[in-house]
Amino acid sequence: MYEIRIHGRGGQGAVLASAILAQAFVDEGKFAVAIPSFGFERRGAPVSACLRMDVREIRALTNIYCPDCVICVDPTLPRMVDIFAGIKPGGTLVQASGKSVAAIDHPADLATLGLCDAMGIALASFGRPITNSIMLGAFARTTGLVSLAALIGALEAAEFRDAGLEQNRRALARGYAETEVLALAPKFVSPKFVS
Amino acid sequence: MNNMSRIAVCDGNEAAAWGVKLSRPDVVAVYPITPQSSLVEYLSKFIADGELDAELMNVEGEHSVLSALQGACLAGARTYTATSGPGLAFMFEPYVRTPGLRLPMVASLVNRDMLSPQCVWGGQQDVMTVRDTGWIHMFCESAQEVLDTVIMAYRIAEHPEVMLPVNVNHDGNYLSYGVSRVEIPSQSVVDAFLGDKNVNWHAALDPDRPMAVDPLTGGADAEGAARFAAYRQSLCRGMQNALAVITDVHAEWECASGRAFAPLVEEYRLEDAEIALVTIGSMSGAAKDAVDAAREAGIAAGVIRIKTFRPFPVEALARAAGKVRALGVVDRAVSYGWNCGPVCQEVLGALYRTGRAIPVLSFIGGLAGADLTGEHFARAIEATRQALATPPEARTPAPVWLNAREEGMPR
Repeated sequence: MYEIRIHGRGGQGAVLASAILAQAFVDEGKFAVAIPSFGFERRGAPVSACLRMDVREIRALTNIYCPDCVICVDPTLPRMVDIFAGIKPGGTLVQASGKSVAAIDHPADLATLGLCDAMGIALASFGRPITNSIMLGAFARTTGLVSLAALIGALEAAEFRDAGLEQNRRALARGYAETEVLALAPKFVSPKFVS
Repeated sequence: MNNMSRIAVCDGNEAAAWGVKLSRPDVVAVYPITPQSSLVEYLSKFIADGELDAELMNVEGEHSVLSALQGACLAGARTYTATSGPGLAFMFEPYVRTPGLRLPMVASLVNRDMLSPQCVWGGQQDVMTVRDTGWIHMFCESAQEVLDTVIMAYRIAEHPEVMLPVNVNHDGNYLSYGVSRVEIPSQSVVDAFLGDKNVNWHAALDPDRPMAVDPLTGGADAEGAARFAAYRQSLCRGMQNALAVITDVHAEWECASGRAFAPLVEEYRLEDAEIALVTIGSMSGAAKDAVDAAREAGIAAGVIRIKTFRPFPVEALARAAGKVRALGVVDRAVSYGWNCGPVCQEVLGALYRTGRAIPVLSFIGGLAGADLTGEHFARAIEATRQALATPPEARTPAPVWLNAREEGMPR
């Protein structure tokens, strides 16, 4: 079982991203369950989505409290939300940020960091701060748990309110190509998902 | 026609919509309400895209939804709607009329907690409030079971020995919006399973054969009283007949689809179990995971999951409960009158038939969208085990509130 929590703001597509990633995992023969958090959803408010992936059927329909991986699709969110709550030692962070590695706060025992200037790419691609598809590319690049091809296939099954499929396909590929992956805290080995 | 099923990744609401589409209803009447809205949006889209040949009635409220469907059903149409919490409350008057009219409707209840305090999230207080109105109630654990049960519900509702409306319940939020892998059966498999549509053989509205439907009945004279009692008896018979029909239909669906679901009560790891948790709905997966963890720690626990709640599967439940020495019943609703969960009270009623007064604990959690996690179920397993060692006079009848503020926490 590999557990992912996606953090974002209402309107950035964090929940849709969790569904697209679930589709991509299933298309590659895995099982996946995505559960959106729910609150007073509105643009700009913090939202999150939980995603479990496994090689066998997943039964629990619950939120995730100890993720293996946190994907944060908004660069300013870590200032107001504890995105690392419960993250396992040796975990992975995939962060949307244009800052340098030194400027990214993270737990000392984080093993892997993927950094992508998703906001810059989003504004260039869509003219809007919608980072979800870009950060899926960043996740694939950082973890290698899903292929770029599967993500693009899953995109094609999704419906987008604010941008077209072709724009999202290009943005996703840019997210994949323009993510910097760093190995941190070498004494903690990232719990590679074993299939 | 294509016999192949296909794999989709979708949430429980979309899964329900696929089940409806494949069942080919003639009339769908809707009014949106959280967390049901996306379900009827999917159906609206199917109809707008020409993929489902049904009349969509977008009416002004839930009372009208069910009233319109009563007319459609009396005219011989296969019908569908879905609602949640307060929408169900607004639907109540036609809702209670539907079973007595013996109209074989299928409706999804996307379970939502009831007001007040104000809340828009999952909970089973809505369905538990209408548990004795004469509707059949089935509860689903997964999106796949939602899809499959909607299809099966038409066979059950329209069976000549049943002729009762069926509510297919799925939990708001965790199941309505939870996305997972779902197998969508082919149209030809569902067509063959449902057979010829014969919704309305008992009371067809036909201008050439006028008849009175739902005439004034009852009163103090013996004839009226006996006739009224006969209607009630007949409804009770339909309910009891449903137990065997639900079982048969699940067996036939397994042959058609290859997927097996326990029709009445699912027994999970009850072999040699000392205690069992009784669960209902989407909480059950996490409960099973907690039981697996307990088993690895040497604790002999199991799960009894209630699939069919109305009619209550008294014998199936008593048989399952007969295998253990204590029960912990987990409810996502409250019985204010009994100070416990409503499912717990039902289980106590069934246990009376066994003559075994084993310890039964009531756990209440998952209200208003609260999460019921493996940790909660682990606590329930431990408390139920401890009840075994507690003498009857020391057992507390009070429920355990799983998401309540712990003592010492700031208010």
